[in-house]
Amino acid sequence: MIELIDIHKSFQGNYVLRGVDLEIKKGESLVVIGGSGSGKSVLLKHIIGLLRPDKGTVMIDSTDISTLNEDGLSEMRKKFGMLFQSAALFDSMRVWENVGFGLKRHTRMPDPDIKDIAVQKLRMVGLVDVQDLMPSELSGGMRKRVGLARAIAMEPEVLLYDEPTTGLDPIMADAINDLIIKMRETLNVTSVAITHDMKSAFKIADTIAMLYNGKIIAKGSSEEIEHSSDPYVRQFVEGSATGPIVLEGVTR
Amino acid sequence: MFVELIEYIGGLVEDVLEGIGRVIVLFYSVMKGIFKPPLEIRNTVRQMLEIGVNSLPVVLITAVFTGMVLALQSYTGFKRFGAEGLVGSVVALSMTRELGPVLAALIVTGRAGASMAAELGTMRVTEQIDALETMATNPVKYLVIPRFLSGMTMLPALTIVTDIVGISGGYFVTVVLLGASSKTYMRTTWDFLEVADIYNGLIKACFFGAAFSLISCYKGFYTRGGAEGVGRATTGAVVYSSMTILISDYFLSAWLFK
Repeated sequence: MIELIDIHKSFQGNYVLRGVDLEIKKGESLVVIGGSGSGKSVLLKHIIGLLRPDKGTVMIDSTDISTLNEDGLSEMRKKFGMLFQSAALFDSMRVWENVGFGLKRHTRMPDPDIKDIAVQKLRMVGLVDVQDLMPSELSGGMRKRVGLARAIAMEPEVLLYDEPTTGLDPIMADAINDLIIKMRETLNVTSVAITHDMKSAFKIADTIAMLYNGKIIAKGSSEEIEHSSDPYVRQFVEGSATGPIVLEGVTR
Repeated sequence: MFVELIEYIGGLVEDVLEGIGRVIVLFYSVMKGIFKPPLEIRNTVRQMLEIGVNSLPVVLITAVFTGMVLALQSYTGFKRFGAEGLVGSVVALSMTRELGPVLAALIVTGRAGASMAAELGTMRVTEQIDALETMATNPVKYLVIPRFLSGMTMLPALTIVTDIVGISGGYFVTVVLLGASSKTYMRTTWDFLEVADIYNGLIKACFFGAAFSLISCYKGFYTRGGAEGVGRATTGAVVYSSMTILISDYFLSAWLFK
């Protein structure tokens, strides 16, 4: 379904991705793990065409997205829903307008119907009676849930999660993990998440890939990664400050 | 020391040239999307209200006091050589040809340009612009074009107001406060004022409106670096828009008022 082939990307001479190859099958739940600043977000933004690779190809349903024009890219994006790290809610709009944004833009549905659907999607993520609030009135966990409701409003085939549990307390983080699993079971979507929260990764993934130094250095099922003998993977999974992974700018 | 100075100037020139290039690229995408459906009518109207109506009080105050001080200064100055009868035409020509468009543009830049850059900049750093794109919405079309259209149309509208209010302010000072003849003021206002003075002033305003909105949107749209970046974008929007307005004013005037 999604295929990244030899993706290179640099920002002002700073190489972030140095040849990433990654395949995501339909219905799979893939989690990409990696340290802060390892380029996980950059990787995710390539999948949905927010960033264009310097070199390499992104294939969605066997179409090279660099060959698409603006309208083609827009159509392709309708297959995706994305949950941003800080939810990226439009702060000038009410919660239901946020959730119904895609419907408002891409269908001829009247506002009351859009609101009904928004309320229903909000209920799916466990929120009731928030539809008329402004995003600034919500807590961090609620914002993420609204972001998730917005991501699923157009019934996408693929859900992308940018650090879904970062910045939440452990209980809220686990509730978000449960939601991600629920979304997958009820909506039958393919999901791609990036995270450095190993607990979350093991809970939601059936496949885990590790990004280090601009490349995918390991990929396998959750169990394989958990019991991997690769020293890099071991260090990351165990969360140890000592090991082969060098912390940038830190000397020991 | 000398080398550093040269380096600094070189860097500045490079930044300005890069900025000009990217504003032109943004202008190109604006032109490409401007007539393509869906026309963002709701957003455009909201921006027009924001720029036009909300700028009105401050524009009115500026215009009336500018007209007043202009009349006061030229009356007392011209009196020295007995030309105080010409105050009406001085005020009318200065307001329509020059001060109306330029003052309205500078004030709207300070108000609306700064808020455009801050709003778009915040949307950029909080990933709201990325979110628009992921929801198959072209952010240039959704955010930039409505602001560009409003700037281009509302600035001439505000200039008309500035012209009228400025001339009225001049009338008030000359006739009511200084006791000159109302008839002379009106006659010298109308006798030397040509329609071309008014519409050339409006052409300038239209250009200024396009320039400040495009530059402010550009600054906001390409903001980087969190809250500090938004601050930089806002400052940059006001500085570069004002510079562009003042510099282009000379060349537009030289071209329009031959």
